[in-house]
Amino acid sequence: MATQHSRSAARLMMAPAVVLLLGWMLIPLTMTLYFSFKKYLPMRGGDLGWVGFDNYVRFVTSSAFWPSVMTTLIIVGGVLAITVILGILLAILLNQPMWGQGFVRILVIAPFFVMPTVSALVWKNMFMDPNYGLFAHLWEFFGAEPVQWMSQASLTSIIIIVSWQWLPFATLILLTAIQSLDREQLDAAEMDGAPATKRFAYITLPHLGRAITVVILIQTIFLLSIFAEIFVTTGGAFGTKTLTYLIFQRVLESQNIGLGSAGGVYAIILANIVAIFLMRIVGKNLDA
Amino acid sequence: MGQIKLNQVSKSFGDVQVIPPLDLTIEDGEFTVFVGPSGCGKSTLLRLIAGLEDITDGHIEIDGTDATNVPPAKRGLAMVFQSYALYPHMSVRKNIAFPMKMAGLPADEQNRRIEAAAKALNLTDYLDRRPGQLSGGQRQRVAIGRAIVREPSAFLFDEPLSNLDAALRVGMRLEISELHKRLATTMIYVTHDQVEAMTMADKIVVLRAGFIEQVGSPLELYHRPCNEFVAGFIGSPKMNLIKGAEADKRGAPTIGIRPEHIDVSTSAGDWQGKVGVAEHLGSDTFLHVHGVDGCDPMTVRVDGELPVKHGDTIFLTPQAEKLHRFDAQGLRIE
Repeated sequence: MATQHSRSAARLMMAPAVVLLLGWMLIPLTMTLYFSFKKYLPMRGGDLGWVGFDNYVRFVTSSAFWPSVMTTLIIVGGVLAITVILGILLAILLNQPMWGQGFVRILVIAPFFVMPTVSALVWKNMFMDPNYGLFAHLWEFFGAEPVQWMSQASLTSIIIIVSWQWLPFATLILLTAIQSLDREQLDAAEMDGAPATKRFAYITLPHLGRAITVVILIQTIFLLSIFAEIFVTTGGAFGTKTLTYLIFQRVLESQNIGLGSAGGVYAIILANIVAIFLMRIVGKNLDA
Repeated sequence: MGQIKLNQVSKSFGDVQVIPPLDLTIEDGEFTVFVGPSGCGKSTLLRLIAGLEDITDGHIEIDGTDATNVPPAKRGLAMVFQSYALYPHMSVRKNIAFPMKMAGLPADEQNRRIEAAAKALNLTDYLDRRPGQLSGGQRQRVAIGRAIVREPSAFLFDEPLSNLDAALRVGMRLEISELHKRLATTMIYVTHDQVEAMTMADKIVVLRAGFIEQVGSPLELYHRPCNEFVAGFIGSPKMNLIKGAEADKRGAPTIGIRPEHIDVSTSAGDWQGKVGVAEHLGSDTFLHVHGVDGCDPMTVRVDGELPVKHGDTIFLTPQAEKLHRFDAQGLRIE
């Protein structure tokens, strides 16, 4: 009796949260699907009726579609590669006993607390500006021509900015993982004749496998939808238009809700394809 | 070959000297046990020999050549760790193969040695499992297997049995002893358990606070402990140490008598006392006797059949020839 009661009580208590979460997800999803089959132009006549799959066909056949998918994948892949590799190196570095360790660790986490818009603006104006930026001064100091970061190396710039923001996250997760590595395993490997590089490859790296998986999965979810960094730096110009940004342009700049919604559905599909691939490749690390 | 010589070896962590300069020679083929209470520096000493810690001062010689600055892998020593330190993502086979892979041995030689080690250690059926799927005793055997295949000149064991349950510990103790007889390789074994030390060792090194208190065979240490510390540490149950009038009467500031060297009588004897807790082991009974001047409670080992119970008054007489005498500094008086 008691368990029966507490079980139904538990359901009742959980209900608001479940309803809220379902609503949060289902209503926007349904509306997106609904609008994607309509010709809906708010400034030019509003709801102009059902059009079937017209929006889907138009979105894919537009010349901007495939480049935007490629750009998205390049940014996600680039940021993942940089944050995971540098994250592992930084984690190893921060794991060494040193003076002021606690303070340094807090400093390393700091970029994660800076809002994306702010950090992108800081990078754009303070570092990458071809006239006043620190990088420009650095290049000039060595007698080189300053790089026009935002136009000549636009995609690289965005990858650098986003990597800077996500490196602390990767470092933090990997650092906690590295701290849980049994010291005696490294000692044993040293006795067994493994030099430092092999100890890293055979002991440390496999130990970090699960943490790396977590970093990759979580970062991918967030990186597929980066927007602010592009909006405040290049505004989607110079080949930095991601799928997310393309949808934004269709909806707000072209004022075509239907077309944008169809793009949104494609974004969901892309995210799922990426997710399936990732789970296939790295997801098995999460077992056992 | 596997002679290890420590010459004035010392170790400090910062300002704290954990191992004061010490000399020690471990002969080829000898089973040497470092024993002492926790924190006495025995594991540190082992890690110094292994090369996992740098020595602050002094020299280590292995087989007559100076090994002080030789990296651990090149010293020809294999170590078994307290936590076993198996590589969790590798199968048992790969764990055992790891040192040979690092040494670049040909694959067929690796396989031959793995099969031989697995057969000797009853691991043949488990070669393809991961360490996580094995029991404590099996993991211990894998760790030993990983050490054997290197064919080292000496084995180092760092409290290898302390994570096992009591029954398994007795079994593994025998296995390691048998392994030593079979391989006849030098072994250095660190433990805090004096029973392990007594049962396995050819030579016991008793350590306290980094100092070597006494070196000798198990029976030497049992019969002629050179000071009060060794007397109290070796032997189970512990030796009774008696101070005061009873000791003065026998010509020393402190006298020691082992529980098994006391005669018990219900009518007459040197000391009178009241039986407290009686621990019945079947074959023997350990009596904790209260009221003896200078040592309370006094532990006495009596025959398991002796009909005594809590609260009984009994008389104790130490066997005079088995009495140990210690001076004011705690050193043995002959």
